[in-house]
Amino acid sequence: MIEGILIGLTTALTFQNILMVMVGCFFGTIIGMLPGLGPMTAIALMIPITYGFDPATGLILMAGVYYGAVFGGSTSSILLNAPGVPGTVATSFDGYPMAQQGKAGKALAIAAWSSFAGGTLSAIYLLFMAPSLSKVSLSFRSPDYFALMILGLTAIAAFSSKGQFLKAMMMVVLGLMLASVGQDSLSDITRFTFNNMNLTDGISFVLVVMATFAMSEALTIILKRNDPTSAAKQVSLTELGSIKINKEERTKMYKTIPRSSVIGFLIGVLPGAGATIASFLAYGMERNVVSDEEKEKFGKGSVNGLSAPETANNAACSGSFVPMLTLGIPGSGTTAVMLGALLGFGVQPGPRLYMTNPEIFWSIIMSMYIGMVILLILNLPLIPYIARILAVPKNYLIPLILFFSVTGIYVMSFNNFDIYLMIGIAVVATFLRLYDFPMPPLILAFVLGGLMEENLRRSLLLSNGSWEFLWDRTLTACILVTTILIVVWHIYKTFKKKN
Amino acid sequence: MKNIKKIISVLFSVILLFSTTTTSSVAHEKLHFVIGGGAGGGWDGTARGTGEALTKAGLLKSASFENMSGGGGGKALAYMINTKPANTILVQSTPLVLRSITRHKGYVKGNGTLSYKDVVPIAGVIGDYGAIAVAKSSSFKNFQDVVDAYKQDPSSVKMAGGSVRGSMDHLIGALAFQAAGADPNAVQYIPYDAGGKALAGLLSGETQIISTGLGELMGARDQVRIIGITAPSRVSDAPDAPTLKEQGFDVQFVNWRGFFGPPGMSDAERSALAKKLGDVQKTPEWETVRARNAWVNIYNPEDKFVTFLEKQTEEMTALMKKLGVI
Repeated sequence: MIEGILIGLTTALTFQNILMVMVGCFFGTIIGMLPGLGPMTAIALMIPITYGFDPATGLILMAGVYYGAVFGGSTSSILLNAPGVPGTVATSFDGYPMAQQGKAGKALAIAAWSSFAGGTLSAIYLLFMAPSLSKVSLSFRSPDYFALMILGLTAIAAFSSKGQFLKAMMMVVLGLMLASVGQDSLSDITRFTFNNMNLTDGISFVLVVMATFAMSEALTIILKRNDPTSAAKQVSLTELGSIKINKEERTKMYKTIPRSSVIGFLIGVLPGAGATIASFLAYGMERNVVSDEEKEKFGKGSVNGLSAPETANNAACSGSFVPMLTLGIPGSGTTAVMLGALLGFGVQPGPRLYMTNPEIFWSIIMSMYIGMVILLILNLPLIPYIARILAVPKNYLIPLILFFSVTGIYVMSFNNFDIYLMIGIAVVATFLRLYDFPMPPLILAFVLGGLMEENLRRSLLLSNGSWEFLWDRTLTACILVTTILIVVWHIYKTFKKKN
Repeated sequence: MKNIKKIISVLFSVILLFSTTTTSSVAHEKLHFVIGGGAGGGWDGTARGTGEALTKAGLLKSASFENMSGGGGGKALAYMINTKPANTILVQSTPLVLRSITRHKGYVKGNGTLSYKDVVPIAGVIGDYGAIAVAKSSSFKNFQDVVDAYKQDPSSVKMAGGSVRGSMDHLIGALAFQAAGADPNAVQYIPYDAGGKALAGLLSGETQIISTGLGELMGARDQVRIIGITAPSRVSDAPDAPTLKEQGFDVQFVNWRGFFGPPGMSDAERSALAKKLGDVQKTPEWETVRARNAWVNIYNPEDKFVTFLEKQTEEMTALMKKLGVI
């Protein structure tokens, strides 16, 4: 392995490759910040350029764009409640409230450090365990994925405090309903499309996020413009731009980062999950382990609640390289495009990649360390300036948010219908917001619901319609028991408090 | 500095605009490719690759591309039929035939039937054969082993595929079982939402075989054993993969990719384009693109293409009826 690290370092540290990491990270950050345009599209358009390089360089560039986008996506999540990439949706749960409290710089700094730590730690896991991790990739079957999605749904508890329970549940149902639109995942029957061709592919996740988060937030601000409480929110610029993280917050992060990086990385390694699921799960799990006092702050600007998903999504990003490189299995659209590029280079992924192309395997891992340092250097000094976006008068900022939401959705599909659909959902979401309905449960249910249904029905197919799959495998049973314990524990706590 | 995001975004939208709608001012011999899916997909790669080879080989002054997602490619198809744009061709593949067969299902109504007959088939250019594979550790060594196990206990063989029931992946496997004298409808097909996920399902031991495109399996060649491809003879990119035909199962299936013109395209224009698409395949520029994507050249121009489409429609209709998906 020492030999491998050396090979990786010598390849990754050439001038050209360092330059590519920098270029990749820079573009990735920008792509991540812009809603709609994701790393997959960027990498796909980049492929013709990369064929001029050798495989290692090309892949280093593409990997840089990928984790750069996940790193950069948190900025728009925190500042504008407009997640740039799906993996950073959970970041906005606590990042946006924190920014609204005038601590935008701090929130961005926490996100940057957490991303950095998540990316670096997972690269270490990758370095030491990649060969054996391919087994983890293949250990999950459909019933286990189903159980995992159920576990993920427990994160909804974070938004159902103080009389909000019923509202949160209603939003869950709404999310599940939206997820069921489009072609059924197992047969070719279309559901709830009203004979409209534009709906047969279903509603895209980014569209729902942009409509319920960015757009409806902007519309709510317009409707509440005369609200005295929002006028009082104007804070001093120095406080807004301050990136100082105090000792108490650091202590919290020291605890959150290691556990979230492990969760994120392991979920990332699974071909059927990914960075979005990883960040949701890390967020939910984090809430289960923090103190009662911190728990109350979740969804309202908790340091742990911000750090956990940010660590996890970057860790998951590195983790997704495991099935791609060691098995040739792409777990997401982005890794599928990269796998295609890799094959185009004439490189065969698989367990033998260490032997046949050691320079590729090790140099990607090594470039991740370099990339993380570059991203930190690129992001930290800019935070005080970027944070001042919030000081821009609302009558300029709101139209900009609306503009970028619309263009962001349009460049994804070049389909006008998506714009109308987004506006429609945003208007409904705005009404719901005015009546204090929380949006995160809708998003959680939308993402997890689709996967949950698909895996449940596949499990039933595999077991010939019997429900035994729920306890047939130890792994499934373990995840389900954990879920039940969490729920029971929450109920017990609630009752204890009432008495 | 507070404007930095704005400036960057504007810059990006300019770059984007250019990358998606670049058209040269040299008016003659330009071609616009309409792609019914997003960047990075199979249609996108075919269109951009073909366009690149055509322009680099000097057969075309300029090529422009437009991604138009929606309705599994139906949106782009409807655009071609309704707008009849000039100098524009649409990239399509086997799902177009399947769509033509299932069109009576009714979610597409109004103008046009949205079938390949509503556009002008110019030429099929490349193809991907279907393949059936097992995990390296599997006890199945060839397709006959699978059939034997299936005949002993139909529930012992579960077949994974990267798309829904009635999709191409399902049909490839069903064709093979049908040729082996088994009831294709009794074979348990387990759908996944992408080829990669189906592969993961196979390797996790959840299913015993996978039925998908050969191209999907190329990345995981070290993990799987391909026990039968639907090609007439072995292919150079995977020389150790036996055909189903050589094992005594008369199955041939190709997932073609080709180009279509808007309705009303003149015969002269159609022939000229078909010739161009054929000529380009003899150039080194095409070979570069082809090798990079591991495509199989299957050039099938004009009337030959139409005959092929008719035959595929006939075969697939019969099979899909047996499977009960139509």
